[in-house]
Amino acid sequence: MPTETSPWEEHFGSRENQSKAAQLGMWLFLGSEVLLFTNLFVGYGVYRYYYPEVFVEASKHLAAGWATVQTLLLVTSSLFVALAVHYIRQGRQFLTALVLLVAMGMGVGFLGIKGWEYWKHWTEGALPGEYYRLEDLPVQGGSLFFTLYFLLTGLHAVHMLVALGLLGWLVWGAVSGKYTAEYHIPVEVGGLYWHLVDVFWLFIYPLLYLVE
Amino acid sequence: MNPSAGSSQPDITYLNHETTVSSWLLTRDHKRIGVMFLVLVILALLLGGVFAMVLRIELLTPGPTIISAMTYNRMFTLHGVTMVWLFMIPAIPSAFGNFVLPIMLGAKDVAFPRLNLASVYIYVAGAGLTLFGMLWSGADTGWTFYTPYSTTSPTAVAPILLGVFVIGFSTIITGLNFITTVHTLRAPGMHWSRIPLFVWALYGTSIIQVVATPVLGMVLLLVCFERVFGVGLFDPARGGDPVLFQHMFWFYSHPAVYIMVLPAMGVITEVVCAFSRKNIFGYKMIAASTFGIAFVGFFSWGHHMFVSGQSTFGSGVFGVLSMLVAIFTAIKIFNWVATMYGGSIDLKVPLLYVLGFIFLLMFGGMTGVAVATTSLDVHWHDTYFIVAHFHYIMVGAVLMAFLAALHYWWPKMFGRVYPERWSFLAASTIIFGFIVTFLPQFLLGNLGMPRRYYQYPAELQWLNVLSTAGASLLAFGFSLIAVYLLWSLRYGEASAANPWGSKGYEWHSGSPPAPHNFTEAPRFEREVHDYTVPEAPRAY
Ligand code: HEM
Ligand SMILES: [Cu+2]
Repeated sequence: MPTETSPWEEHFGSRENQSKAAQLGMWLFLGSEVLLFTNLFVGYGVYRYYYPEVFVEASKHLAAGWATVQTLLLVTSSLFVALAVHYIRQGRQFLTALVLLVAMGMGVGFLGIKGWEYWKHWTEGALPGEYYRLEDLPVQGGSLFFTLYFLLTGLHAVHMLVALGLLGWLVWGAVSGKYTAEYHIPVEVGGLYWHLVDVFWLFIYPLLYLVE
Repeated sequence: MNPSAGSSQPDITYLNHETTVSSWLLTRDHKRIGVMFLVLVILALLLGGVFAMVLRIELLTPGPTIISAMTYNRMFTLHGVTMVWLFMIPAIPSAFGNFVLPIMLGAKDVAFPRLNLASVYIYVAGAGLTLFGMLWSGADTGWTFYTPYSTTSPTAVAPILLGVFVIGFSTIITGLNFITTVHTLRAPGMHWSRIPLFVWALYGTSIIQVVATPVLGMVLLLVCFERVFGVGLFDPARGGDPVLFQHMFWFYSHPAVYIMVLPAMGVITEVVCAFSRKNIFGYKMIAASTFGIAFVGFFSWGHHMFVSGQSTFGSGVFGVLSMLVAIFTAIKIFNWVATMYGGSIDLKVPLLYVLGFIFLLMFGGMTGVAVATTSLDVHWHDTYFIVAHFHYIMVGAVLMAFLAALHYWWPKMFGRVYPERWSFLAASTIIFGFIVTFLPQFLLGNLGMPRRYYQYPAELQWLNVLSTAGASLLAFGFSLIAVYLLWSLRYGEASAANPWGSKGYEWHSGSPPAPHNFTEAPRFEREVHDYTVPEAPRAY
């Protein structure tokens, strides 16, 4: 009988099996996450094909320089998350928590920049649909660009928030000694999730910010 | 007759080892979760059935009968939404799949029992939201939510969309759980080539669930945003393209019809073997055609858009790809029939439903090929012909499979036998009632009666009356089933461990099974559905 305190679940038969199941489950979940974004990417493709010039012009309203900083932040944070997995496999709980905290800090920085950028769009009137007030761009196409911009970055930001919560929970688990060199499935799959959220950004960044 | 009857049954079962309400509500046992889903989807079926009867009664006369035109629009929308998302999609996988899949694989539970429990509550939350929208003011867009009407309709479209979005997560979790369970929790001896075909069917379904459902979720969310924030994605005034919605919607919703029909085909395979006492003919072909259907299903969505301004070439390609599905389906039908051929047929009620299934599936499939022919579809599109086509498959075939599963696994789930004669009467009524309901609709459609219309020319009345009469027979048949099944729970004769003498692996456990399915570790020593080797009775 599994006790409430043991993380090993009896129905898996073996520990490797539990770990394998968790990984597979997470990969499937990541697959479905990718498909959640596809509509937006498809929508982007279609409307960029309809309104190529407007998309180029609209993209100039975005802070590409800051987006590059954001990209660097996320890529580095992924490195730290990978380190966390490395450390926990050796059972170094404190170091694990530390590198996870660093990664979280970068994530927060990312969201901070995003928030600032949103605020700028707000004042400028670069908003989706009905709220669109930019004058130098036609509504047809211009409002669509910003609709897609807010949907893509917004959905991504929501994922960032979830992923930050997840890392926070992992930090707490690592500090309270729940994860050990033997049992660290949550760190591994949680890390996978963080990487995925990163990868989404790696697609969003060029599509929105580097349009030519 | 019953080789394994009378073998030892467990005294402590999943039903009686704990009986408090919270032991049900907080259970992680896949069997209890399956039973909860069964109750929920049957309630959904009831609700959808009430909506359907209102529609059919309204159509008794050419003019207004009992409700107003606006109410009529709401009724067909709510009927479609309830039947498709609250009943059809979760029905077989979440209820019967949850119950038997782990047992068939010799596992103690699914891979993620807690997530499995969560899927129940997510379903309840989504269904609640949908019901809330229905009670608030309903929706009148049709279950397809086509833009731009769905973005401007004054009815409560948003909560219903959100409800369906939420239910999608329940489906995704179920799919994820099944795939992981198949990969990691097979008992010793359960090689890939021994996996029961019902499990293969669920596996194929699960892939579609995981891959397609998020796409639907997102597009419904986009319609919601469009309504609430006016984002303009599908709004031509802001440069948007309403037809894009149709692509995104059908990219999910066409594969979704295979989410409904593949598990049904899996049930049929199990039942055919059990009641023909014969090894399945063409195990590999059946499993492979499941994946063929799942795969092709992703590339045929455009057949819903022949008249939406799609290029003729595109329509042709989509038409041909759609017809491929019929080939895979035909393979299965040949295999079922070949399995029955020369078997020692035991015509119990589950098999009666199978015969109904095969007949209706063939009709539905052949009319599918007919409407996939672009030039013919221009005539039939958006008429009752389409309504008849998909009801033949979704209601006819899938519901037959649902009822077959319900009767076949009833002793397994509850340890009781249902009354044979009453069930025969109900099954015959339903099959006959079904044909009376929907055959006239093919004729109506061909005569040009459009779907989703409140009124019709007087000369079409007799066919409509016929259809309503059939629907009443259906309602009668269902009520009969409800009564005798509930009766049997209390007064029914106790079942033997394997009342059908089936070789399905799930009958290795007791009926009803012990809390963790098996009292000793199961081992699989023969091929699945193998009736050539005699077997000592056993129940772990
Ligand atoms: C041989 C396989 C099949 C083919 C070739 C086929 C073809 C088609 C075509 C071409 C249409 C569109 C007709 C129109 O709107 O003008 C259609 C509609 C439909 N089919 Fe099928 N089909 C097949 C099997 C199925 C199955 C297995 C199901 C369900 C389990 C199904 C459910 C539906 C539904 C729900 C619609 C109508 C959607 C709506 O507009 O409300 N079909 N089918
Ligand atoms: Cu279709």
